[in-house]
Amino acid sequence: MSKSVLVVGGGIAGIQASLDLANRGTKVYLIEKTPSIGGRMAQLDKTFPTLDCSICILAPKMIECLRHSNISLLTYSEVQHVEGEEGNFTVKILRKPRYVEFSKCTGCGTCMEKCPVKVPNEFDMGLGKRKAIYMPFKQAVPLVATIDAEHCLYFSRKICGVCQKVCPSNAIDYNQKPEEIDLNVASIILATGFDIFDPSAIGEYGYGRFQNVLTSMEFERIICASGPTGGHLVRPSDGKEPRSVVFVQCVGSRNLHGRFPFCSSVCCVYATKESILVKEHSPQTQPYIMYIDMRAVGKGFQEFVDRAREEYGVKYIKAHPGGIAEDPATKNLQIHYEDTKSGEMKKLDADLVVLCPALIPKTENKRLAEEMGIELDDASFFKAKDLLTAPMDTTSAGIYICGYCQGPKDIPESVAQASGAAARAAETIALTTKGRKQ
Amino acid sequence: MSDKHKPRIGVFVCHCGVNIGGVVNVPAVVEYAKAQPNVAYAEGNLYTCSSEGLYKIKEAIKKYDLDRVVVASCTPRTHEPLFRAACEEANLNKYMFHMANIREQCSWVHAREPEKATEKAKETVKMAIAKAALLEPQTEPEIEVQPSALVIGGGVSGMTAAISLANQGFNVSLVEKNKELGGKLCELYRLYPSDKLSSEVLGEYIQSVRSNPNIKIYTSSTVKRVDGFIGNFEVTLNRKIYTQIYLAQEHEEKLKAGTIVVATGADVFKPDGMHCYGENRNVITQLELEKLMKEGKLGKPKNILMIQCVGAREGKVGGRNYCSRICCTMALKNAMIIKEMLPDSEVSILYRDMQAYGKDFEEQYEKARQNFVQFIRYDDDSPPEVRSGANGKLSVKVHDILVNYTLELDADLIVLSTPLVKSEDAAELSKLLKVPLGADGFFLEAHVKLRPVDFATDGIFLCGTAHGPKTIPESIIQAYAAASRAGIPMALGKVRTEAITARVDETRCTGCGTCVKLCTYSAIRKDEHGVARVNDVLCKGCGVCSASCPEKAIDMRHFSDAQIIAEATSAIGGS
Repeated sequence: MSKSVLVVGGGIAGIQASLDLANRGTKVYLIEKTPSIGGRMAQLDKTFPTLDCSICILAPKMIECLRHSNISLLTYSEVQHVEGEEGNFTVKILRKPRYVEFSKCTGCGTCMEKCPVKVPNEFDMGLGKRKAIYMPFKQAVPLVATIDAEHCLYFSRKICGVCQKVCPSNAIDYNQKPEEIDLNVASIILATGFDIFDPSAIGEYGYGRFQNVLTSMEFERIICASGPTGGHLVRPSDGKEPRSVVFVQCVGSRNLHGRFPFCSSVCCVYATKESILVKEHSPQTQPYIMYIDMRAVGKGFQEFVDRAREEYGVKYIKAHPGGIAEDPATKNLQIHYEDTKSGEMKKLDADLVVLCPALIPKTENKRLAEEMGIELDDASFFKAKDLLTAPMDTTSAGIYICGYCQGPKDIPESVAQASGAAARAAETIALTTKGRKQ
Repeated sequence: MSDKHKPRIGVFVCHCGVNIGGVVNVPAVVEYAKAQPNVAYAEGNLYTCSSEGLYKIKEAIKKYDLDRVVVASCTPRTHEPLFRAACEEANLNKYMFHMANIREQCSWVHAREPEKATEKAKETVKMAIAKAALLEPQTEPEIEVQPSALVIGGGVSGMTAAISLANQGFNVSLVEKNKELGGKLCELYRLYPSDKLSSEVLGEYIQSVRSNPNIKIYTSSTVKRVDGFIGNFEVTLNRKIYTQIYLAQEHEEKLKAGTIVVATGADVFKPDGMHCYGENRNVITQLELEKLMKEGKLGKPKNILMIQCVGAREGKVGGRNYCSRICCTMALKNAMIIKEMLPDSEVSILYRDMQAYGKDFEEQYEKARQNFVQFIRYDDDSPPEVRSGANGKLSVKVHDILVNYTLELDADLIVLSTPLVKSEDAAELSKLLKVPLGADGFFLEAHVKLRPVDFATDGIFLCGTAHGPKTIPESIIQAYAAASRAGIPMALGKVRTEAITARVDETRCTGCGTCVKLCTYSAIRKDEHGVARVNDVLCKGCGVCSASCPEKAIDMRHFSDAQIIAEATSAIGGS
């Protein structure tokens, strides 16, 4: 019987579950698909309702994962195959080649400076550029470069090779091959997080057509000091500070006739936070939030909304916009909406519009579920065994779920559920090794 | 002092991207630091907390033979453990590390005055260097942790935490003040999301708790006194033992616990005097409705109106301003049950914002609409007015903003959705355990985002509605979380506590006893020679004793008078 645990997903939920288990002496394999752990929380500027700097409170935990003697961090890796049962799973992991030798790279960044290929930076939601050899962000863990073979000239055209020439540690290895690892674990915790709905599917909002219509995650990167604009609140079309910013709630979510009928749970309050950040960055700018129901249900959230309204002057409008138009000359926007309160059709001019899109289940949930022999719910979140009394258990014993991949939730709820999943995994180990599992 | 013993301080100044570097001239601060006494090495880092920055600290300790490290960056609250660990990895005692905050206390607050901010950063770093020169290595006391937990509260949260801890292999004492386990589950009818009766679910829980050999149940018991600290709490219970149904003998019982989980739940707000509640018996709360349905005493009301946010989201100074999170979905659930029980009834929900957050509640909301539950939306500033007319006939006047029309509605039954409020026992328990309450009287966690079920006090955890309003599944999730957190020190069997404690100079102590009286943590006593003795494990390092000792016989480890004076002197230009 194994006594170790596999945690799939290196966002805040996966990190918390890993640390709880490792700190009690359990061996943990933390596997993350991208080159760095950190997940969505690493991309956020501040967090609600305390306005803590997100990466500042997350980074110590990321580094703890790296340093912890009980945690094996497997980044840039994916689960390929799972067999076995509670107490004794065999998991095949695919380690994708970084083309950089992990043990040699010091994270100095010389290769990134010299690489000639610029690629839209996923971490900045494509707003900034990274190189074909890159580290996703400055606090990345591990701080090791990765070559994106799809864009690298060496791989596409067999030319360049600059990174290999300039690397002071001889860490570049173009011949690296994918590697398969077999793990034996007692339990598996899934913490795969969420994807963001692409609002260009809602044509009338103009996302993708109008430069000054952004998603909220793009806005997070713009307002963030480490983001592509250095934290200056500017709009993409002309680099000027907007005088008015409108946040639109429920973009793609709560859509009974669309694919995502559910509520994403976090948008009302993060839009409130983003509105406060607008005011802090630019006191002359007026933020508006257009919403259906103001769902500020967490601890201290309603008070946070009250503060935004009263102290910061954020304007809340009960409305769900019908469409957004752009003035092609100025790139200014106009929002057409029905005011819920008066029933009148109204228009609101805006320099910048921020859409708050549905946060949706990961597309790879389906494959993972099939591989693990667990069920998905009708929305493709991982299905809890019993939503009332067993919200961390999947339909298969020994496999647990936490964070947004089980259903919409905010950071503290994800952290709590991650600790909860760790408790369930600890129970599995205690009971299977004792041989008296209930 | 010979050169051999001269401190060798390394200073690392963080840019924190542009957070500090965009305001403070970091290279200038580094140069300034290099010129300070005892500084053997100084450098700037883009992010000192990144793995690269930490690596540089460790390398510099070895390369420059540093015996003290100063990092000038953000707050020790989040980052000190990280830098201390880096020092330890380079074989430097972690108390030889000191931090200067040049972000929260400098660049962020002086963002528009970069030059002055740079000067302030220099001064702040200079002060930290002055203190660092006097740092001494410290040893942290190691404490054994008893593998047994005390869970206070026998509702669904407490029972869940108890079951998980017991399954992890620990002994659990589950304490419930009432005669029966169950908490609010005892009062509810059917539970969403399931079709199960609350009594059925409760039965399953009680069965699991009772059949688990690791759990000892103390019903009709309250916590009277808590002494000790993480690993070794000594708890005194006040236990009632019923000899006959109404006849109980009270006695004290002592038990030991390594960790404590608070799961004392919440109460439901009674809206006395609001909307004719208390005046007309057909005006009831949601919880009272649950009870009527459970006992089959609902009768056959035709028109049922539910009013949301009664006593919640008041939006006024000193008001109950929070959203109670569960009332909307409780109303949805009960509206559907009534529709099923009484198909001819009309159920209307008068609400402000329908808090059907997440996936399943939104589906439930849609189902309620399909089942002809009426939704009437009132505005924050025009709440519904309930009138109790002749013969107790109820009517409600409400302006529905969805149709922009003022309605007059007759009602046979009015159900007020009132918020969960702090438990009446919370304040006393907070004093007993020395853990804080938030503004609304719910227990306050250590960190709102990242430590939702920890208290700042080591070894004590919380879960469920004692923390704030939440649903049953959310309470269960937190209960498992608390069980994980409490399980950590118990699984390890030992913990280390901070070495920042008081030390007494016995030659100076006159045995006046001032410190003994002032110590909040009962950490000081007088020994047989009349000299003050500090229990390092109980001492929280608050410094009250040190500040008030008339003989200056008490000094704080890591915050000694000499260190503080050196820091302060450096700030006012002395040396």
